[in-house]
Amino acid sequence: MKYIEEFRDPELAQKLRQAIAAEVETNRTYRFMEFCGGHTHAIARYGVEDLLPNNIKMIHGPGCPVCVLPVARVDVAIGLATQHDVILCTYADLLRVPGSKFDSLIKARARGADIRMVYSVTDALNIAAENPGRQVVFFAIGFETTTPPTAVALTLAQKRGLENFSVHCNHVLTPAAMRAILGSHKSGAAKKVILDGFVGPAHVSAVIGTKPYHEFTRDYQKPVVIAGFEPLDVMQSVLQLVRQTNEGRAEVENEYTRAVAPEGNKKAISLMDQVFELRETFEWRGLGYVPDSALKIRDCYGEFDAEKRFLVEVPAARENKACSCGEILRGEKNPTECTIFGNPCTPENPLGACMVSSEGACAAHWTYGRFRADSNTEKKA
Amino acid sequence: MSKRKKVPTTRKLDLVRGQVDLSHGAGGRAMTQLIEELFMDSFDSELLNREHDAAMFSLPPGRVVMSTDSFVVSPLFFPGGNIGSLAVHGTVNDLAMGGGVPKYLTAGFILEEGFPLADLARIVTSMADAAHEAGVAIVSGDTKVVEKGHGDGIFINTAGVGVVPGGVETCGDRARPGDVILVNGTLGDHGVAVMSKRENLTFSSEILSDSQSLNGLVADMLAGVPAMRVLRDPTRGGLGATLNEIAHQSGVGVELEEPQIPIRREVKSACELLGLDPLYVANEGKLIAISPPEYADRLLAIMQAHPKGREAAIIGRVLKDDRCFVRMKTQLGGTRMVDWMAGEQLPRIC
Ligand code: SF4
Repeated sequence: MKYIEEFRDPELAQKLRQAIAAEVETNRTYRFMEFCGGHTHAIARYGVEDLLPNNIKMIHGPGCPVCVLPVARVDVAIGLATQHDVILCTYADLLRVPGSKFDSLIKARARGADIRMVYSVTDALNIAAENPGRQVVFFAIGFETTTPPTAVALTLAQKRGLENFSVHCNHVLTPAAMRAILGSHKSGAAKKVILDGFVGPAHVSAVIGTKPYHEFTRDYQKPVVIAGFEPLDVMQSVLQLVRQTNEGRAEVENEYTRAVAPEGNKKAISLMDQVFELRETFEWRGLGYVPDSALKIRDCYGEFDAEKRFLVEVPAARENKACSCGEILRGEKNPTECTIFGNPCTPENPLGACMVSSEGACAAHWTYGRFRADSNTEKKA
Repeated sequence: MSKRKKVPTTRKLDLVRGQVDLSHGAGGRAMTQLIEELFMDSFDSELLNREHDAAMFSLPPGRVVMSTDSFVVSPLFFPGGNIGSLAVHGTVNDLAMGGGVPKYLTAGFILEEGFPLADLARIVTSMADAAHEAGVAIVSGDTKVVEKGHGDGIFINTAGVGVVPGGVETCGDRARPGDVILVNGTLGDHGVAVMSKRENLTFSSEILSDSQSLNGLVADMLAGVPAMRVLRDPTRGGLGATLNEIAHQSGVGVELEEPQIPIRREVKSACELLGLDPLYVANEGKLIAISPPEYADRLLAIMQAHPKGREAAIIGRVLKDDRCFVRMKTQLGGTRMVDWMAGEQLPRIC
């Protein structure tokens, strides 16, 4: 605990605040994207924005697992649970994410589908072992942090011959999403958002290491500072990003050395490689189809692939047209620029995915930041 | 206390190995035996001993305050208390928060067939101890037994009456801009104590529930500062939910100072681990008091002088805010909202 307190120390925070204020050049704006929802949450919960100068603008990135899952995939989850007699296991946040026509897993559950909220894939394995007569599907979502446990579960299922267990894989890759954001900005395909750098992922980097980020410094000249999820980590990384920007550098720096090694977690990486392979393309909410951005289960574990085991037919997905999650996930809009933010879209009644998870930009802003009357973060620009 | 004549029974209740069965709720001899040997012996109240279906009493002058609450906590036994003590503290505190002096309680038990009598005896003993400590009498009761699988061991309902002395007017709609917000001690202890058992998590140092009756503390506070405006116990939903309720009822805003809010280090770490915010975790022996600014220091001193308010602190102020927002200056120096909680608090996944 002492360890945690060190990263929330008010004196250190004031020192960092002063250091950042002293180093920013006042005649320009700095636009940094924190990729991870964990950072978005920390910034909102600790009021970090108040400690940054007005001309530093934090743009919330797409690193929130339930936020980037496209409506079509939510529909498939609902279809799996309602068209087949399965026990569908998934993380709590996903239950409330709206699919087409405002349906959701939680509504499907109320209609009688057997949908269980689990804390980890291990819970799903246990449910499968306890219900040998039922098919149990783990609906896997998340970035590189939740992927290794899914890989472990698949190897265990194979070893134990757990025939009633399967995984519906929706695991996605962080660097691909960063590339997509920068690429769309570079090609001018999307509304221009010029980023000056990234606050790099914390837990994801503990798995994949620092090397995958070098393409962003090399190909896009954007600095990346990997940071932990504590508020002081974020401030320290912002200071480092300001320095790099001022000096015209674009390097990968690692603020989170207490958890992230350059080569990452080799064991986890090789396990993921053993079980999963790249999908040619995968749909992301807000980013569209992104090549090489997600994983599928390799053929050697194909018997546990729910996509192969169960045929699910769902009509073409229907996005809620009023929802601006797409633009928000690309960093083009702030939550308050969505016309239905707060009315009627709130965490009690989420109409888009970004309002569901506490890591979603809309939920974080609604829950922690909406007292700022003109809380449009653009005001600071 | 009046001498009771017991119904003759062949064997004493087996409080070591015995179990609740359906006959204990059937109105026959077994039920009478349970009531006599367990409930009456433990609660030992004159009104209960008269064995009427209803208790009759007169109350001292003043407005009568009345409250009821049902208890379904799981696990039944947790560090620092159990469902029995909780059932007494909960209702006693609800009466006290209305400014009342709690007097009498009733207790209704819904028992599941097969529930160990030894556990029941432990629970009833703690209820009796809690009632004694709080100075209230349990004057009427009821026992029902449901078939196995139709309950969760034991559910308890308690209802209570008390008397509000003249001149006391505490109510959730009385907070005014400028008022000061106080709390009598550390937050989140109860919720974390219960959750630590439920999730089978073991923490390095055991956190005890704060379950306790607050009527004694409230009496001191009201005696010293009768002008106190709001008293609330932040139970379910914790400080966050309670302050939002008060803000809405009074049509005001609230600003908290995070560094002033007392939270045990162990509770903070446990919440960190469980992905919870201690501001929303339940308390069962804590109160929030809102006082006009001129009395705040006196009130704080009175609270700190009482054994149940040693760690009392001033944690924030009431502001004018038509939007009724509760916000908090964070320890880092920023500001954030402490909003109504949406749904259950769930651990984050990454
Ligand atoms: S406020 Fe709701 S509807 Fe609007 S972008 Fe956010 S999640 Fe979507």
